[in-house]
Amino acid sequence: MKTLAELQAIRDKMKNQVDIRAEDSSCIRVVVGMATCGIAAGARPVLKAFSDAVQEKGLHNVMVTQTGCIGLCQYEPIVEIIEPGKEKVTYIKMDAAKAAEVVEHHLIGGEVVSKYTIGNSELK
Amino acid sequence: MLPEISLNILDVAQNSIRAGSKLTCISVDIDTAADTLCVVIKDNGCGMTSEQVQRVTDPFFTTRTTRKIGLGVPFFKMAAENTGGSFSIESEVGKGTVVTASFGLSHIDRMPLGDMTFTIHSLVTLNCDIDFVYRYSVDRRSFTLDTREFREILGGVPFDTPEVSAYIKEYLEENRAEVDNGRVY
Repeated sequence: MKTLAELQAIRDKMKNQVDIRAEDSSCIRVVVGMATCGIAAGARPVLKAFSDAVQEKGLHNVMVTQTGCIGLCQYEPIVEIIEPGKEKVTYIKMDAAKAAEVVEHHLIGGEVVSKYTIGNSELK
Repeated sequence: MLPEISLNILDVAQNSIRAGSKLTCISVDIDTAADTLCVVIKDNGCGMTSEQVQRVTDPFFTTRTTRKIGLGVPFFKMAAENTGGSFSIESEVGKGTVVTASFGLSHIDRMPLGDMTFTIHSLVTLNCDIDFVYRYSVDRRSFTLDTREFREILGGVPFDTPEVSAYIKEYLEENRAEVDNGRVY
């Protein structure tokens, strides 16, 4: 069973490291829409895919956060990738598999997966 | 409708976050003798006026500016009432809001509780400066996760640090299994 002593051990270990998690300006933000529309459309598995990938692959420059209603409910689940100095990329109708692709090609590889972006579809 | 109670809880907790809550208390209490599953989400955010409280269960009322429909609360209310349960919201401006949803545990229309571990884990790790207290109980067994306790021990190490995040996930899973013996509600 998890004990508080284990948590203390984690704290001691982290305090010895020089920089724990620098939230500096080169951070890539992955913003997942988590309003009712997003949750109903399946945002939770998308969120899980992103946060698991960031942890497993040790992507220290990526911060996964959530947002409320973006106003494009029919395109949910929506994920916005915000990188300083670059245009915001909006992925629509996401699922866990597409999230994995975005992590590989966009977050790690630096290339936008345009077939999943909003610019690729017809805005009604 | 959202297919799981845990997603409804996630949805209401998002509302609390938007209301600026700094401490959100979530409890899921299952009482097999009384045949109820009761959810309470209490926050200390900005609260609502009595007029807003009356209107919040109306799907055509929302304080969002992006759309004119707000379905989260009305659907949650419907889900609870469909199982012979009840739903209530109490709120005070400047103090916060309490949402209480009670479900008939064995009612055929009761949606599953769902993945509370991931819901609580993501709330805690994605909102590192907000405190959460989560209590899960089945009859006499219960456990509580209080981020204030963790915060004191961690002394500044954020919850989304990989080791801490993994700890929190395991803490939630192990304790849940202790409380419900693996039974799926």
